[in-house]
Amino acid sequence: MFKILEKEAVAHNVWKYVIAASDVAKKAQPGQFVVLRLHEQGERIPISISDWDRDAGTITLIVQAVGHTTQQLAEMNAGDHILDLLGPLGKPAVIEQVGTVACIAGGVGTAIIYPEARRHQEVGNRVLTLIGARSRDHLFYQEELAAISERVLVATDDGSYGYKGFVTDLLRQLIDDGIHLDQVIAVGPIPMMQAVAELTKRHDIKTIVSLNPIMVDGTGMCGACRVRVGDEVKFCCIDGPEFDAHQVDFSSLLRRSQLYERSGTSCNSTENMGEGCDGQCHK
Amino acid sequence: MSQVDIFSKHAAGSKGTERAPMPTQPPEERVKNFREVSLGYSPETARREASRCLQCRHRPCTKGCPVGIDIPGFVRLVAEGDFAGAAAVIRQDNTLPAVCGRVCPQEVQCESLCVLGRKGQPVAIGNLERFAADWERENREDAASKPVSVNGKKKGKVAVVGSGPAGLTAAAELNRLGYGVTIFEALHTPGGVLAYGIPEFRLPKDILAHEFKELERQGVELRTNVLIGSTLTVDDLFAQGFQAVFLGTGAGLPNLLGIPGEDLNGVYTANEFLTRVNLMKAYLYPQVDTPLYLGKRVVVIGGGNTAMDAARTAVRLGSEVMVVYRRSRENLPARREEVLHAEEEGVEFRFLASPIAIRGDEQGWVEAIQCVNMELGEPTENGRQGVKPIAGSEHWLPADSVIVAIGQGPNPIISRTTPGLETGLHGVLKVAPETFMTTREGVFAAGDIITGGATVIKAMGGGKKAAQAIDRYLRHKNSRLIGQSIGEV
Repeated sequence: MFKILEKEAVAHNVWKYVIAASDVAKKAQPGQFVVLRLHEQGERIPISISDWDRDAGTITLIVQAVGHTTQQLAEMNAGDHILDLLGPLGKPAVIEQVGTVACIAGGVGTAIIYPEARRHQEVGNRVLTLIGARSRDHLFYQEELAAISERVLVATDDGSYGYKGFVTDLLRQLIDDGIHLDQVIAVGPIPMMQAVAELTKRHDIKTIVSLNPIMVDGTGMCGACRVRVGDEVKFCCIDGPEFDAHQVDFSSLLRRSQLYERSGTSCNSTENMGEGCDGQCHK
Repeated sequence: MSQVDIFSKHAAGSKGTERAPMPTQPPEERVKNFREVSLGYSPETARREASRCLQCRHRPCTKGCPVGIDIPGFVRLVAEGDFAGAAAVIRQDNTLPAVCGRVCPQEVQCESLCVLGRKGQPVAIGNLERFAADWERENREDAASKPVSVNGKKKGKVAVVGSGPAGLTAAAELNRLGYGVTIFEALHTPGGVLAYGIPEFRLPKDILAHEFKELERQGVELRTNVLIGSTLTVDDLFAQGFQAVFLGTGAGLPNLLGIPGEDLNGVYTANEFLTRVNLMKAYLYPQVDTPLYLGKRVVVIGGGNTAMDAARTAVRLGSEVMVVYRRSRENLPARREEVLHAEEEGVEFRFLASPIAIRGDEQGWVEAIQCVNMELGEPTENGRQGVKPIAGSEHWLPADSVIVAIGQGPNPIISRTTPGLETGLHGVLKVAPETFMTTREGVFAAGDIITGGATVIKAMGGGKKAAQAIDRYLRHKNSRLIGQSIGEV
C-alpha cells in the first residue's frame, strides 16, 4: 500500500500527488515512470514520475483526470492508499551537456519535462522551455520551469495566455529567429510530438520524445507498448520511454493508442495517449 | 510378503483395468465459464487407478521426473487409502504438487516411462499427484511441512527474485534448509507465469494463493511490487544483508513474428492477452477496470501450451478460434490433454501453415492474416523437424484478432543493470553447471532465465537444484569465514 501524503489541484482537472514510496524515490531519475493499480478491481496504468524527494521517501505524480482510472484517482485524497505501485520503470533520460536545449511540453507533458529540464540546467545546458496548453486554466509548473529556464514561452489554443496557437509555432519562431538549438525534447500528445519531430528533422536538430503507450505490466512482459523505432520494434517500458523522435513511427503509435476506443471502454485510451492528452479525441 | 506376492497382487489388480479417465466439465458447458475443466478423481477412483501401479523395482517412472518424486511410493499410499501419507511423500521433493499435477507434461515425463504404457495405458501419475495434493489442501489445514530452523536461528538470508515456478521452488527449498528467504516479485500478484499466464480453467488461482499462504506461514517473506534491477538492484540486495541472490526471473519477454502488420490493432502477444484475462480478470469487465477487445474471428499463432491457453481463453470470451501451427499435429509442443481439450471446445487447427503478413482495415484494425503452407523437412540441429514454405501456396485467412504465441525470451532488466552478469545466446544468463552460479559471485540462477522458455516442472527442477547449490556455497563460505576468524584469534 502506498499512502497519498498530499494532493493539490495544479490546473484544471490536473492533480498533484505526493506519495510515500521510499524505494522508488531512492532510484527515480528523469524520464522514468511508475505503474499503479488503485484497488483490487483496478487496471494497471503508467504515470510519469515528475519529482521525488529521496530523503523524505516520496514521489510526485501529476495526473490529469481523463480516463477511468485517473478519474478514480482524482476522487482519492491525502490519507488514502494506492494498492500497488511499481517503479521506477523505463530507462532514465540521457542528459548530457550539449549546449542549448529546447524543452517542449504539451498539456500534462509539463510534468515530465520538469525533472528533465531541471537536470539539463544542472549539467550546464541553456534551457528554453516551451509549454502548450488548451487555455490558461490548464497551465501549471510555470514558476518551477521559469526558475531553471532561460526563457519560458507559452502557447494556448484559445489565446487566454501567451501566444495563441500551437507550441510548435513557438518552436518554429525560435528556429526562424536564428536561435541555435543543440537538442529538443518533446513530451505531450502524439500529434504534437510528431509535428515537433517533422519540424526539427528539417532543421537537423537532435530530438527526443517521451512516449506513453498502452501498457499492462510495464516490465517487458506483455508487449502492449511496442513501438516501431527505425527498423526495430521496441518495447516502450524497457527500451524507452524516450526515443529518437526522428525514428519513431508516429502513425502506428497513434493508431495503437486508440485501441480501446473501439471496445467501448470509456476513456482508457486517453490514459495512455501521451501525457498531454486532454481527451480531445473524444470530442 | 515376498516380492513375487506383491508383484502378482498388483499385476492381478491391474489386469483388465483401464486407466481411469479424468472427469471434466462437458465441453459445451465449460466454454461458457472460466472454472476448472478437469474435476479431479474421487477417492475411490484414485485408489482404483493407483492400484494399477506395478510397483516396479527399477522404478522407471522416477527417472522421468525433473524433481525426483518417489512416484511408486506415493502411488502405493494412494492405493492404500493413506492420502495424507501420499501427499507427504510428494512434498518431500515437490513444493507445488497441486500445480504440477495440473500443468506437467506427464506424457513425455514420468508416464512415458511407465511399464504399463508399453502395452496399454500408463498409470495416471499426474492425476494421482493432483488428487493427493488437492486432498491434502481440502482436508488438512496444517498439512505442509513445518518451518525448519537451526536452534531457532536462520542460517543466513537469501533473496529470491521472481515468484514463478523456479523462484517458488528455490524459496521453499531454501526455507526448508533453514535460510531466511525473501521473495521479490515485480507484479502485484505472486506466481509468475502461473499467475499471469496459465488460465483459471487449467490452474485455479486459489490453489496458487494457497501455496503462497503456506510458504508465508512457513516463514518465507514475500514482497510484491519490487522490480529487481530497478526498484532495487542486485547490489542493493547484498547491501541489505542477503548473502546470496537467486534469479528466477523466467522468460517473460514475448517473441514477435517480425512480419508486416504486427503493429495493427487487434494483434496481441499471448502474454498481453493472457495477462489481461488471467491477472487482470478482463473477462469480468466492466466489474473490473481492465478492458480487452477481442474480435469474432481469432487466429492464434503457435503450437505450445501458451497457444492452447490463448485459444481456449478466446473461446470462452465468445470468439471463433483457429490455431495456425507451422509443423504437423505430431509436432505440437503442447501437452496432449490441452490439445484434446482445445479440440473438444471447438478450436480449429490449421497445421503446416505459417503467417507471413497481417492486413488491416482503414482504421488500422486487423482484418486478415496471410499464411503460406509449409512442408516438413529433415530434422534440424536442435532435433526438431525442419519446415520450409511451399512456393505459391500463400493465402489469406479472415481474422479480427491475432494472438502471437511463439515463445518468450529472457527479460533483460536484471542483466542490463547488474554489473558482471554475463549472458549467452538469446540473452539467457550464463551459469556454471552444477553450481548454478552466474558470472557474479553469490548470484545464482535457474529456470527459463538460463534455459529460455521451457516448462514449469523443468524450472522447478532447476530451482530446487540451485537452492541446494546455494546451500553448499553458503555452508562452504561460512565455514571458511569461521576458519579465518579462528585463525586470526
